Amino acid sequence: MQALTNRAKDVSRKPMSFMESLYLPAIFKGMAITFSHIFKKNPTISYPEQKRPFSPVFRGLHVLNRDEEGRENCTACGLCAVACPAEAITMEAAERLPGEESLYREEKYAAKYEINMLRCIFCGLCEEACPKDAIYLSETFVPASFTRKSFIYGKPDLLIPNPKTDPEGYEKARGKAEPTTASAASPN
Amino acid sequence: MSEQPLFKVTIDNITIEVPAGTTILNAARKIGGDVAPPAMCYYSKLQGSGGKCRTCLVEVSKGSEKDPRPMPKLVASCRTTVMDGMEVKNITSPKVLDARAGVVEFLLLNHPLDCPVCDQAGECHLQDLSYEHGKEGTRYEFQRRTFKKHNIGPYIQLHMTRCILCYRCVFVADQLTAKREHGILDRGDHSEIATMIEKSLESDFIGNVIDVCPVGALTDKTFRFKNRVWFLKPMDAHRDCPTCSGKVTLWNRGDEVFRVTARKDEWGEVENTEDGKPAWICNTCRFEKKQTSDWVIEGPRMISRQSVISQGHYAGNIGMHKPNETFSAVHGGRQPKLMMDIHTASEVNKPNIELSLINGPAHSTDFNSKKD
Repeated sequence: MQALTNRAKDVSRKPMSFMESLYLPAIFKGMAITFSHIFKKNPTISYPEQKRPFSPVFRGLHVLNRDEEGRENCTACGLCAVACPAEAITMEAAERLPGEESLYREEKYAAKYEINMLRCIFCGLCEEACPKDAIYLSETFVPASFTRKSFIYGKPDLLIPNPKTDPEGYEKARGKAEPTTASAASPN
Repeated sequence: MSEQPLFKVTIDNITIEVPAGTTILNAARKIGGDVAPPAMCYYSKLQGSGGKCRTCLVEVSKGSEKDPRPMPKLVASCRTTVMDGMEVKNITSPKVLDARAGVVEFLLLNHPLDCPVCDQAGECHLQDLSYEHGKEGTRYEFQRRTFKKHNIGPYIQLHMTRCILCYRCVFVADQLTAKREHGILDRGDHSEIATMIEKSLESDFIGNVIDVCPVGALTDKTFRFKNRVWFLKPMDAHRDCPTCSGKVTLWNRGDEVFRVTARKDEWGEVENTEDGKPAWICNTCRFEKKQTSDWVIEGPRMISRQSVISQGHYAGNIGMHKPNETFSAVHGGRQPKLMMDIHTASEVNKPNIELSLINGPAHSTDFNSKKD
């Protein structure tokens, strides 16, 4: 068979020389490399006290967005669910009743909206499919947990805090104040 | 019929022989595929339909064998009959494609484009038309026209803003029902489909206006917001119905019947039964038989592979065949140990809430645990 590259080397089957059969020179050479790392900069950080900045395009935990008046954007159109390659998203739609206009932006809304984080692969296709700017992948991890149940994220877990009643929570969830690799590179 | 002379007509360089009196549109549909012009208002099963939407415009580059002059303007193919030796250009004519893009822009002038909310999305002819023939964007800068809401009964939901005034539903009401109660009021861009004095439409076959509506102006209120069509399984089914043919398509989710419609052919029109009559279905079949036990299921309905409805129905394996559980047979009768029953954690598809049995759209009151 023809080799794809010329970098393959044949394995040497020669018997070892005396110096090689002592093994000691090779061991010291290896240990020297190991110990030299004591004097190098430590690449690990102590999470969670210290956090690495995310890339601005990082795709983490989903949030369901609200508009500036605190109404939910989602109309349960199902495009995120149909775009989802892992089939992680399910929903049930309902019609807005008179008097619920301050809760939902349009006459149809998602009464139930669930993302199975065990299935989700964080590809961001739901965000891309959404015609209503309703779902975003934020710059946070999905927290670890000991039970499977806690990975079924419903609407209370996903909805962004209401900007009318909880402006600080809303700003925090938007994550605009968090440093990213882009802002670290260009300070503005 | 056999005495009628056959006319030779060439559409997009494909020659076909059709009986005299056939329209260009029907001749093109015999060829099929992309050659057939789109039609929003023409409906072959309704007399007098067509000639309103102008999406089926074609160019006639040669009038006939005897008079080979081309027709001066683009003609509506649903209303123009073929002549012997006629040559027609549909997708091969840049003039037609340009005119059609203009027609789509006009149809969408006042259309609210609320597809994410609309129940017709996924099987909407206007959606297909604008994707295939329209241009991106509109030049319209004014407020879109809106209407006062009409309630036309417990079964049919009317969204007048989505209407393109194709008149198909008017023909259905005229030709299928004993007493026509709805029609077009007013003129010009004020014209709207409505009932004169807030009447409920309760005639036995009035539900067929839902099937003929090419857009989401008339939709099934019993299915309203229940699910998106592309998450449902279309199944052919029939039942012994005293008033209609009883041949329908069920739109299932699991074993729940979410919606019942007539069977539609590749042109989006109601299929014929064996005796050659269109298989219109009655209101009882459409709105009241929402149990699987009401129906004899024939098998999965074949949906075009290009349609969004067939997404997830891998290799046409849509049907009532549940996969055989082989686990316990292989493991000596032992049942698989589930890590988690999804219903213990999930709020969606709760076994005790049957959406398909709620009349009309679900509301926040229909879900046990109210959120927010």
